[in-house]
Amino acid sequence: MAILNAKDLTLQYEQRKVVEGLSTEIPEGKVTMIVGANACGKSTLLRGLSRLLKPAGGAVTLDGKDIHTRPARELARTLGLLPQHPTAPDGITVRDLVGRGRYPHQGFFRSWSVADDAAVQRALEATDTFGLAERSIDELSGGQRQRVWIAMALAQETDVLLLDEPTTYLDLAHQVEVLDLVTDLNRSRGTTVAIVLHDLNLAARYADHVIAMKGGRIVAEGPAIDVVTEELVFNVFGLESRVVPDPISGTPLIVPIGRHHASPVSTNELEIAS
Amino acid sequence: MTALKSAPETAFDADTSPKHPDHLPLRRVLSRTFFLRPTFFLGLAVVVMFAVYVLLGSYTVTIPDFFTIVINHLTGGEKIPGASFIVMEHKLPRAVVGTMIGVAFGLAGALFQTMLRNPLASPDIIGISYGASAAAVTAIVIFGASGAVVSGAALGGALGVAAIIYAISRGGSGAGGGSRGNAAGNRLILAGVGIAAALHAVVNFLMTRADIRTAADALIWLNGSLNSATWDRAGVLAVSLLVLVPAVIALAGPLRILELGDDAAAGLGIRVNAARLGLVLTAVALAAVATAAAGPVAFVAFLAGPISRRIVRKPSLPASALTGALIVLLADFFASNIAPVILDGTVLPVGVITGALGAPFLLWLLVTSNRKEA
Repeated sequence: MAILNAKDLTLQYEQRKVVEGLSTEIPEGKVTMIVGANACGKSTLLRGLSRLLKPAGGAVTLDGKDIHTRPARELARTLGLLPQHPTAPDGITVRDLVGRGRYPHQGFFRSWSVADDAAVQRALEATDTFGLAERSIDELSGGQRQRVWIAMALAQETDVLLLDEPTTYLDLAHQVEVLDLVTDLNRSRGTTVAIVLHDLNLAARYADHVIAMKGGRIVAEGPAIDVVTEELVFNVFGLESRVVPDPISGTPLIVPIGRHHASPVSTNELEIAS
Repeated sequence: MTALKSAPETAFDADTSPKHPDHLPLRRVLSRTFFLRPTFFLGLAVVVMFAVYVLLGSYTVTIPDFFTIVINHLTGGEKIPGASFIVMEHKLPRAVVGTMIGVAFGLAGALFQTMLRNPLASPDIIGISYGASAAAVTAIVIFGASGAVVSGAALGGALGVAAIIYAISRGGSGAGGGSRGNAAGNRLILAGVGIAAALHAVVNFLMTRADIRTAADALIWLNGSLNSATWDRAGVLAVSLLVLVPAVIALAGPLRILELGDDAAAGLGIRVNAARLGLVLTAVALAAVATAAAGPVAFVAFLAGPISRRIVRKPSLPASALTGALIVLLADFFASNIAPVILDGTVLPVGVITGALGAPFLLWLLVTSNRKEA
């Protein structure tokens, strides 16, 4: 298995530091959700963890070895990434696209193999896209397309998978579907998953481990039940809220208060509490 | 949570073999031969066009005569008066050079268009051909150069401009805040268009300063012409292609992954900057050697990709190379054999034909592809 670790990590674009002096470890075999307000550095952290961004200070290690000193292809057999905006070439079929996830497993002289076919097959079945295999990507809906991209990342068969906002532009049903799928992957294969997610409620529901970020630093990390509190939501998002147990899963559920719809009872309670 | 882990669980179990173990490879083989077929016919079309080019036209050679000429030439045997000279010193080198520059332009265009995910991004649009033109015209007009010196200047100009464009497109990018992989590519196209405009002005300036005879020489070169095709030039081209075509084959795999965007490609283990630099160098070198040999034959690099895509119904580098060769052979056959009949004996440079036929064809491609998408 594989342990992804960031030590004293500083990430910057040009002269602008986005993440500074950050140390953390992505827990092995668990689903980690990285949450925070816009521009808090959560996507940048994921780029740093996935070798897309070279650290200005500190290091990211996978099993103790710096990810920037390892051969790119070898690393890609252990560490997979689904970026926020991948582009599909015109007219490419689902099977062809998913097959490209096998690239790190192919050598210069070792081209397509039976093992690659089997991996693509498993990825298509796991994401329920087998029926779409011969269709062109252009014909698919947003939710189907996202499933296909996840299938491509699955075909890569890595021990660690990083996903940057995999539910953007999807409706609620498809968001749940994608996160269920990722959970399946984690539960059945033991894949270590780290996801940057906007929706705090879904993050709290699906996370084994939550990393909450603000201003390029980690403000809290741990199981959702410990981390996601009214204080944290106010601290990280500047949002007044009530946190109640999710009636389905028992995980923390954030109910925003806002300025217009609070009934007198609940605002009074809040004032007393604070 | 237990409800979540039902069906897909087995799908990831490595011990469970796929449902149709030998059904998949078979389908792959079938689909490969199916897609190979149009490319094969494209190759056949190039061979036929090559034969037509050499055998027919203003001077006709029969097939038995052709083989006699070639065999006797190689074995030092008896020559057929007139015919031997025309075939061996004129038609055959011209056809060989035409085919090779077509292949080089076709590959260069397709590499740029695929890598930058933009059909406008061919070397003749983004200024690389203009770099060659400006350097060659400078050599002709200011230094009175001709022949190999002009080719060398063109090669240097193309490479120099490519380096400038690449530097501009990289400069100040620093990946930016946004993670969109296409930004660098778009900047490269814009930088190229800007440089092309500037170099166009340089060429015009030099042309107005030149005396009429030098200007005429420069103009023929600028239009792209196979008139100067010789065995020497064919040899230089062949050696260049022997280096560059294997480079294209080696880079074709990473190119397929780069198509998914820079971030996704990096996630799949591509060293994005190194791969892109390799592709740019290879594509620029292909465009540069072809331009050095025959001038900037208009639109061949630009059109080979889109046309081959129409024929084989998917983006394909070999098909693009073959289409490039086909375009050059057809256009030059028309320019040197059919145009004189229409235009009272005026033999046109090949670039005039590709330019005149290329522009409307491009518009047609744009109109029909828009209609399809709408």
